[in-house]
Amino acid sequence: MKWKNYLIMFIMLFVFWLLLNNSLEKEIVLLGFGISLVLPFLLCGKCEVFTNLSLSPKAILYSFLFLFTFLIALVKANFDVARRVLSPSLPINPGIVEVKTKLKSKIGRVILADSITLTPGTFTLEIIDDSIFVHWIDVQSTDIQENTKLIVSQFEKYLEVMYG
Amino acid sequence: MVNILIIIAISITLLSIAVSMLRFILGPSPVDRVIAFDVMSVSSIALIAFISVVSKRVIYMDVALVYGILGFLGVIVVARYLEKGM
Amino acid sequence: MDTNILEIIGGSIAIAGSIFLLLGSIGLYRMPDAYNRIQAGTKASTLGTILSLLGLFFIFPSWFGKFMVLILFVLITNPVSSHVLARAAYHIMVPLTKLTQVDKWKERREIDESRKAHLRKVKIQKEGE
Repeated sequence: MKWKNYLIMFIMLFVFWLLLNNSLEKEIVLLGFGISLVLPFLLCGKCEVFTNLSLSPKAILYSFLFLFTFLIALVKANFDVARRVLSPSLPINPGIVEVKTKLKSKIGRVILADSITLTPGTFTLEIIDDSIFVHWIDVQSTDIQENTKLIVSQFEKYLEVMYG
Repeated sequence: MVNILIIIAISITLLSIAVSMLRFILGPSPVDRVIAFDVMSVSSIALIAFISVVSKRVIYMDVALVYGILGFLGVIVVARYLEKGM
Repeated sequence: MDTNILEIIGGSIAIAGSIFLLLGSIGLYRMPDAYNRIQAGTKASTLGTILSLLGLFFIFPSWFGKFMVLILFVLITNPVSSHVLARAAYHIMVPLTKLTQVDKWKERREIDESRKAHLRKVKIQKEGE
């Protein structure tokens, strides 16, 4: 299982090097390849971050779908903020609500929390066990199940396949 | 032509940094000031990118990246300090 | 001619991004408490910066790598810093605005505190015996 962590770490470092250098000359590519081959072994005492990441074709398809959903939600969030900011009466109705997540892995929860932060009107305050505390700019209900359905489930169905 | 568009964008970004600066000065709690700093540093990334396109030097993009990393670290450090002390 | 049209499209996208940045800072100015300011500030500044960089990518397509690194960086770090700030604000008890409807986290924390106090009491009683 450890080799998957090394492989993903290597790919990430190598892609980051290529993007940062922004060129495909032979020396640069070879140097980056060598450095990013060695670096995971020096830095990763115990890399367990990506152990739960699934690499099946379905998971890869779902990660693209997730990205798509996320970008649409991000644009919607911004128009929502713009509408609230520009209207003279400032229509806000804020509150802190609790939602539940089914995800087990740490990285899955981190990505879920980040996506909640960038979607319309909500952002994550704290994760305790399996409950996420969300600050909501326009509270519609205080029921946990209903809020989970409204806020979390649109991302959770993709992240469940990707990270389990 | 394109330079005019970019210069308009630069002036709008500068205006937004000025408005954030207002919150930075007014902000009643330290957290408000740190939020204003965060928004200013993220806007500055866009500003440095605009400047690098106007002056056609790719090296300024690296400056933007380093500026972003330092701003992010600063926010994290101040937030940790507010939450738990040194 | 083609590149010229691309450049104008890119410039317009960059202007749209900077308008989002401006909206974000107006929100930062108008919102009543720290949490709502985080909402407005973070969201608008994320999309504003991403749109600006995307527009600049249309003008200089050969700088693809640099723009991509910056977009990924903003997309990953901005939610993290807003979350850390909000947690710090809650811990040092920055007051919520009067418009606030519910505060589930406070209820949860009160339950936890009372449970801890109860356990402490039980422990002291046992040691006393």
